Amino acid sequence: MFTLIQDLKAQVGIFESDADQVHGLLAEFPDPGALLHAAEAVRAEGYRHFDTHSPFPIHGMDEAMGLGNAVGVGVLTFFGGITGCVVAYLLQWWTAAVDYPLNISGKPFFAVEPSVPIMFELTVLFAAFGAVAGMFALNGLPRPYNPLFYSDRFRGATDDRFFLHIAASDDEFDVEDSAAMLQRLGAHHLELVKDDGTVDA
Amino acid sequence: METSKKLPTDPSESPPSPAGDGAADPERLVQGNLSFHDITEMVSRHAEKKAPLAWYVAFGVSLSGALLLIGLLAYVVWNGIGVWGNNQPVGWGWPIVNFVFWVGIGHAGTLISAILYLFRQHWRTAINRAAEAMTIFAVICALIWPTFHVGRVWAIYWTLPIPNQMAMWPQFKSPLLWDVFAVSSYFIVSTLFWYVGLVPDLATLRDRAKNFWRQRILAFFSLGWTGSNRHWRNYEKAYLLLAGLATPLVLSVHSVVSFDFAVSVIPGWHTTIFPPYFVAGAIFSGFAMVVTLMVITREIYGLKNLITIDHLEKMNIIILLTGSIVGFAYITEFFMAWYSGVEYEQYAFINRAFGPYAWAYWIMMTCNLITPQLFWSKRLRRSIPVMFALSIVVNIGMWFERFVITITSLHRDFLPSSWGYFTATWVDIGTFVGSFGLFFTLFLLFLRFVPMVAMAEVKGVMPEADPHHYDPEGNGHAEGDGEPYIAPAEPALAEAYRNDETDAPE
Repeated sequence: MFTLIQDLKAQVGIFESDADQVHGLLAEFPDPGALLHAAEAVRAEGYRHFDTHSPFPIHGMDEAMGLGNAVGVGVLTFFGGITGCVVAYLLQWWTAAVDYPLNISGKPFFAVEPSVPIMFELTVLFAAFGAVAGMFALNGLPRPYNPLFYSDRFRGATDDRFFLHIAASDDEFDVEDSAAMLQRLGAHHLELVKDDGTVDA
Repeated sequence: METSKKLPTDPSESPPSPAGDGAADPERLVQGNLSFHDITEMVSRHAEKKAPLAWYVAFGVSLSGALLLIGLLAYVVWNGIGVWGNNQPVGWGWPIVNFVFWVGIGHAGTLISAILYLFRQHWRTAINRAAEAMTIFAVICALIWPTFHVGRVWAIYWTLPIPNQMAMWPQFKSPLLWDVFAVSSYFIVSTLFWYVGLVPDLATLRDRAKNFWRQRILAFFSLGWTGSNRHWRNYEKAYLLLAGLATPLVLSVHSVVSFDFAVSVIPGWHTTIFPPYFVAGAIFSGFAMVVTLMVITREIYGLKNLITIDHLEKMNIIILLTGSIVGFAYITEFFMAWYSGVEYEQYAFINRAFGPYAWAYWIMMTCNLITPQLFWSKRLRRSIPVMFALSIVVNIGMWFERFVITITSLHRDFLPSSWGYFTATWVDIGTFVGSFGLFFTLFLLFLRFVPMVAMAEVKGVMPEADPHHYDPEGNGHAEGDGEPYIAPAEPALAEAYRNDETDAPE
């Protein structure tokens, strides 16, 4: 059960630190191309709890990391839209035909045709709620605490730097071996990030 | 991170580029041989340092306008909406003209952020943030008018289906109520779309923040964003879906606004051409407003390498296109009035062009149909003074279009005994001017505190963002193509990894 929760959290990019408070290795790569190749190689080495950080989405990175298509957001958007449509239909039918029937120029109390605009608007509105809330939920955001923020270099991940993070929770993780592998892959800077706030370069 | 580097503000100032990197290529969206960090610096610094003097002057003027609006709205509420020029038979005066005008302006933002995104128009990245901000502020300005036009503004919540002690519900068969839902959904979805786009850029500002509270506040709004690829993956999907949702939404909003008119039986309003005609007009006026704002912004903030003359030219082409659609719709309306054989409909249009409001009609025709045709000339549509002047002329014309539609149809309907004439009062003029004050106040606050260009998106469309840009054999694209190229990694390598995966421990 515990590992299942850990795996679920790892899916959204939240990795647990290990018993020694080691959160993981943070390797910096010079450019998006090097990062993409490194991610492919790390995946091929059998690592699963790893993530890349870049200032913009890198095309092909999902395949390189073996993440597949992101279906979740689409599903939540779809159900949001269905909810909006049904809510709008029921709202207009119940208020106009059941709770407060009002004769307006002899028109039927309820008809689908004049209800379409509001059904459409609420479908879009609720689908948008589904897309945004679903995206944040599936990303585990908001996430105020993240041990990676202890690294000063990591601030560049939103500017012009490209990082690969291998989490200590990965079965394959070993400080020396993983660091050696990252160096081989062309990382030009390596840091060991710990949950107690220390960063060893 | 170096901060003192002088950044080129203009393509002509850019340093000579090393051979072969394509920096002098006119096809590049980002000019001036800028690196990723230069983009961050160029955009973020305006949200971090003191604003230029011009900002304070503009803010002072705009804020006075906003205060004028607030004061006059209080005056309207206190005295009743009779202080506007509204009368019988013209019950919808300037307030409804202004409402349609402002909603229309907003539409360009969504068009740029959503429709151009779906069409993979990468040039949108430089202007979409500011255009979306413009949308939100324009919709705020629009919502003021119907809210106060109801007269008893304290009862405006009756338009929402809130259970109440009167046990009454809104009347859902009315297009006016559809409008409430359409415009408020539009406002909420636009705000969400804008915020989702902002999150990565707010994280950039957070990571650059030196001040404790600044960092905390930005950390709150950037939600702990780290640029993780697991996040980008869902983020891009959500962004695409939002674009897909906002596209039909924006088309529906102005269609529903046009139903306010078209569902009635008034001659000149009761036509089926209204929805497409209103949507084209909205895009037309909105793009003109974006051009007005961007010409000033890129000048003052030195963003000429990001918002290049090519960007402005593309917007001018859209203005030319939508302006011609609108002009075509004007002519079609006349044809349909004649062809329908309905006397009242025919009179409504003769009265528009030659009646007491002919002056407004011909201002509309000149500004919307004739002057935008100047953009057929490549030289004129690439000229900053010309496009600035024309973009203002377009918005004057589009305001008059709504004036013509609203006022001329109402002032003379079926019964000559109930004909009348509408004259605006000083309160009409004051509140309209004040709404511009509010709009520019909000826009200037946006320029001061929020990254005005979507940094993450601009970086993403640079050739350097393509991982295959770094491949020794090139990215498989023709020289100078510059488009990010979506392709799997080298087939042989990918194949090797796939084989590895099968025996890798899961």
